[in-house]
Amino acid sequence: MTGQTEQTGGQMTGAKMVVQALRDQGVDTVFGYPGGAVLPIYDELFQQNDIRHVLVRHEQGAIHAAEGYARSTGKPGVAIVTSGPGATNAVTGLTDALLDSIPIVVLSGQVPTFMIGSDAFQEADTVGITRPCTKHNWLVKETDRLGSTLHEAFHVATQGRPGPVLVDIPKDVQFATGSYGGKETRSTRYAPPVKGDAAAIEALARAMETARRPIFYTGGGVINSGPEASKLLRDLVEATGFPITSTLMGLGAYPASGEQWLGMLGMHGLYEANMAMHGCDLMICIGARFDDRITGRIDAFSPNSTRAHIDIDPSSLNKVIRTDIPIIGDVAEVLKELLGAWSARGRKTDREGLAQWQAQINEWRAKDCLAFRNSDKVIKPQYALQRLEALTKDRDRYITTEVGQHQMWAAQYLGFEAPNRWMTSGGLGTMGYGFPASVGVQMAHPDSLVINVAGEASWLMNMQEMGTAVQYRLPVKQFILNNERLGMVRQWQELLHGERYSQSWSEALPDFVKLAEAFGAKGIICKDPADLDDAIMEMLDHDGPVIFDCLVEKHENCFPMIPSGKAHNEMLMGEVSTAHAIEAGGAVLV
Amino acid sequence: MLNIKAGSTSHSAYNLRSVYSDVEERHTLAVIVENEPGVLARVIGLFSGRGYNIESLTVAEIDHTGHMSRITLVTSGTPQVIEQIKAQLGRIVPVHEVHDLTVEGATVERELALFKVRGEGEHRVEALRLADIFRANVVDSTLESFVFEITGTPEKIDAFADLMRPLGLIELARTGVAALSRGPDSRV
Repeated sequence: MTGQTEQTGGQMTGAKMVVQALRDQGVDTVFGYPGGAVLPIYDELFQQNDIRHVLVRHEQGAIHAAEGYARSTGKPGVAIVTSGPGATNAVTGLTDALLDSIPIVVLSGQVPTFMIGSDAFQEADTVGITRPCTKHNWLVKETDRLGSTLHEAFHVATQGRPGPVLVDIPKDVQFATGSYGGKETRSTRYAPPVKGDAAAIEALARAMETARRPIFYTGGGVINSGPEASKLLRDLVEATGFPITSTLMGLGAYPASGEQWLGMLGMHGLYEANMAMHGCDLMICIGARFDDRITGRIDAFSPNSTRAHIDIDPSSLNKVIRTDIPIIGDVAEVLKELLGAWSARGRKTDREGLAQWQAQINEWRAKDCLAFRNSDKVIKPQYALQRLEALTKDRDRYITTEVGQHQMWAAQYLGFEAPNRWMTSGGLGTMGYGFPASVGVQMAHPDSLVINVAGEASWLMNMQEMGTAVQYRLPVKQFILNNERLGMVRQWQELLHGERYSQSWSEALPDFVKLAEAFGAKGIICKDPADLDDAIMEMLDHDGPVIFDCLVEKHENCFPMIPSGKAHNEMLMGEVSTAHAIEAGGAVLV
Repeated sequence: MLNIKAGSTSHSAYNLRSVYSDVEERHTLAVIVENEPGVLARVIGLFSGRGYNIESLTVAEIDHTGHMSRITLVTSGTPQVIEQIKAQLGRIVPVHEVHDLTVEGATVERELALFKVRGEGEHRVEALRLADIFRANVVDSTLESFVFEITGTPEKIDAFADLMRPLGLIELARTGVAALSRGPDSRV
């Protein structure tokens, strides 16, 4: 790279510098929307062919698309937005990326430096507005500092715990000429430690030898750490024989077909996973953060366990749950050391204890918590996902989702064999995430099958991106489980608010087939379970974007469920009475 | 590299309170930051956004060529909250070092304050007498008022304010706490 940057360095305009810096960072795709304050950058983009620009239909779409690109490739996603409304429209996406630790670099235009603070047309205090929703942000006031700041931005977005960054670039800085020195000019100070403390790793290895009821509880940090982390995790699970569960964010790090796989844990996690978390004596948390969707009631969380926590972010340790063995470091680095330490001590485990633990887990598993009463009259959403899984699992497949019941069912009924194949808004729970994310994934993987499992309400929140999908001939499949309801809101109103369904259904949904056709795409509607397989095959066989309107049972609830304010062993199952399941204390929780 | 001292309670042989205690502690933190635009907003935004207390905050550049500033921050919370505050501060990109002066050893803490006291006759004489006892300086005077300058611990300034109030205290400005470790070594 150094050779290239030497050639490309020198004097140039700020706008040219932006394009050159992106090139030097190896960026091949950016998502964005032009406007007054970024016109010089768009002029430079026009005059080159190394970087593809994807014109979204709303800036929120650009950020989610960049997130989809980042999560499916492991590389930072890049988006360009204009000043004022362009930047404020980016805020939801930035917050989403912050909560899910997704590396994205957003470049925003700003009014010229001499107009900042004058309430100029399309002026907003972008660094002020985005300060709490980025990992870091910069306002660049001199063209000479633009190049180094852009490279610093990529560095900060990707190092340590990844996250979104924003560089605000006033228009006069884009026009002015300055010197560009390439990638090496960034400040090198930001360098979070990646190596774990050897004594703590040794302590964990020792605890693993004597544990009778151990469990691995893994999260998105394993995926963020890179493919090596997933590989090491698999090695460690195979070598120890310990059972493993994962958060919504971590699905795919360990294969769903793996022998030790318990399924997802948490509020809508599997019975066996939550019961194992509750009953374990050694919890090894890897790259997860004890989110409230995971822990349920804190004071009843896994009462008798020793907890080890591996995380690159010191602020994740002891934030919600007391940790006995805290290890700060990168997952791949720490797992390598841990495997080494445990192997050096003779790769011992308590086989007898583990056998009993496995027998207990098998008992829980036998409860078959995902069983549901199927119907031959109406499509059950669970059945739709079972069929989607059966018909697509052997393909080169990427799944994105929106937020709600369909998201939880997708996590329960679809199996992920590899990391970076599952893109969902976990922390922020952003309805409208999945469709633009699928656009970003498809741009990165043009020949792969990309499916957005959606609910009709979420999907409508960013449906304008149909224009993007059609323009770039992106064959994204929009698999909409349409219950004409805000399903998860409806479920909570049923369980919690006396079945008063306040504002949780839509009376004027579009005809999704006609909607697809209006955009120049294909629409498919299916309402009979008997037609479902053929309809899914028709969707898969179509070379182009498809809106699949799957009319499902309108009142299905998502189970198992740990009601707010309850512990892991107080799960609601599908067939039991759920009236008054959530007490007044739980109702105030979200 | 980021330098966070572990455990508000785990490094002292004499303080055996659990890190998970519910008792609120007052801690003085020294935060060394890059002197760049917005860095103070990041620190303050962290405290307001996450609901932490700020009892006192002072900031000034300490190294002009190195573009470094020192923020002295007095905060309170349970040990777990204090640990979170330090970890969250350490996460801010332009923050170089976070030092918990309260657990790192003995410190000196000083604050400067200006008092405007207005009065006549006996009150005026008494104010001047007390100022002398507190080693406050008169930095402005008229026939009916004084401005006193006083330096000391926050407690000393509180005590002086309590005494001045009935004597005609009409305006008060305080700088907030500046703190350094005692002894010949620098930990920062």
